[in-house]
Amino acid sequence: MQGDMAITSRSSLLGKDAAYWGMVLLPAVFLATLYLVPVISVMVRSVTEPTLGLDNYAVILENKAIQNVLGKTVYICAVTTALTLLFGYATAYAMCRMPEREQRLMFFLVILSFWISVLIRTFAWIAVLQPQGLLNDILIGIGIIDRPLRLVRNDLGVIIGMVHYMLPYAILPLFANMKTIDPTLVPAARALGATPRKAFMTVFLPLSLPGLAGASILVLIFSSGFYITPALLGGGKVVMIAEYISVQMSETLKWGLATSLATVLMLVVLALTIAMSRYMDIGDTGKKA
Amino acid sequence: MATDANRQSVEMSRIVAWMTTCFLVLPILIVIPVSFTPKRYLSMPAGDWSLRHYEVLISGGWLSSIGDSLLVAICSALLALAMGTLFAVGHWRLNNGVTRNLRLLLLLPMIVPPIVHAVAFYQAWSILDLLDTYLGLILVHTMKALPFVVLSVTASLVNLDPRLEQASRSLGASSRQTLFYILLPQVRPGMLAGGIFAFITSWDEIIVAIFITSRAVYTLPKRIWDGLFDNVDPAIAALGTIMIIITAIGLLIKDRYEKAQKT
Repeated sequence: MQGDMAITSRSSLLGKDAAYWGMVLLPAVFLATLYLVPVISVMVRSVTEPTLGLDNYAVILENKAIQNVLGKTVYICAVTTALTLLFGYATAYAMCRMPEREQRLMFFLVILSFWISVLIRTFAWIAVLQPQGLLNDILIGIGIIDRPLRLVRNDLGVIIGMVHYMLPYAILPLFANMKTIDPTLVPAARALGATPRKAFMTVFLPLSLPGLAGASILVLIFSSGFYITPALLGGGKVVMIAEYISVQMSETLKWGLATSLATVLMLVVLALTIAMSRYMDIGDTGKKA
Repeated sequence: MATDANRQSVEMSRIVAWMTTCFLVLPILIVIPVSFTPKRYLSMPAGDWSLRHYEVLISGGWLSSIGDSLLVAICSALLALAMGTLFAVGHWRLNNGVTRNLRLLLLLPMIVPPIVHAVAFYQAWSILDLLDTYLGLILVHTMKALPFVVLSVTASLVNLDPRLEQASRSLGASSRQTLFYILLPQVRPGMLAGGIFAFITSWDEIIVAIFITSRAVYTLPKRIWDGLFDNVDPAIAALGTIMIIITAIGLLIKDRYEKAQKT
């Protein structure tokens, strides 16, 4: 009787496993055919168009204009990431030490800005920063300047818009990480005679480093492929890699170049993701092999 | 004295934090007064207010774009929800090397930069004749939304012991009963969160839409994008104001819901 039950339950388990395999494979096959094939064919096209070989990559290494675009991308990403991390860290740090009501309000405001569409946010920045915009009006109104400052169509405008977009991506993981740091550790270090600076540098900062590393790579990943804000606030003057790819694709129709630059961007981002997975749980359930 | 120095540094960081928060929120709120300008161009209303830019929204083009966006977002959210939940439950139950690798595949659309998606789908959809079709955009948005559904449904399954299912079965429940009474209640919050995430992913998606749609499918972000390039249209401010209000209400509801869950 008991053996009987064991057999039925095992056979039904096997049958059930088949159902579960079906559940897993249906979306996987869907993605493999409609996602993976198009993405891989980008890479394939980068070495087959116009001729078979690595010509496109040689162009990337040699062409002066492309070098400028890549240099600009690295520069804007570096400045954006540094500023975002600096202010994001200070904000998360302060949030951990606030009274609960104040913390909830700040958290609400950060999340609110996080959920507002990037287009609306960029539109708002145009309204604020353009030559006849709010900021210039105010500054001229109170007599600090007498001619409008150039705040858009340059690096400054792009960096402001990008930092604005990236800040929640830094604040939220940093805050989550800092909340796990035992709040009695710093006072303990202080009680043992450490100066506030030393207590922060030797106790708090090292404990927050994994969060900091994770957040900075996350911001770097998003900024490197950023398209909307640079295109709108840069106004064609500040061209980063994503916008350059779009021009190759839709205007000059240099598909070899577009696909090879896309491949480079994708490989950089994948490498950064692998680096990030060492510091951050990319949504894993903790059952990593 | 030493604690004074400590308090000072906490105060300092608090000031920086509020300045950062103001930097985040205040520029966004600018769209609210701008939306009431009586003028044709982007400006602050000086004394006189007008609702003309709200009237523009409920007439003609904007409304049909809202319709397009809703259609695409609802279809792709439902598709992503169905496939993502299937995958998450299957992976939770099997949880072996193969499914773990497949999971990385499903998370890929979250990591690859949108401009790469644009290149990839422009190429592929032109071969499959899916450019500028609802189906083409829905498929792309479904794939982009899948990772969020997989993540949130997986998260709601983390604390569910797989033996619970066996227990339910050995106590005589059919597999359908087990599904409805054991599994589904457990994943429902994850499905809700994932579905909302999926909807917003599609509702907000612009970069792929710029490249793979033109006239037949004209989503809201695409219309805003065009509006930003031509001449900065104050109707976008009116739309932004409505979206800010909806977002704030949504977040407050979520807060309430979470509080109610805790007590």
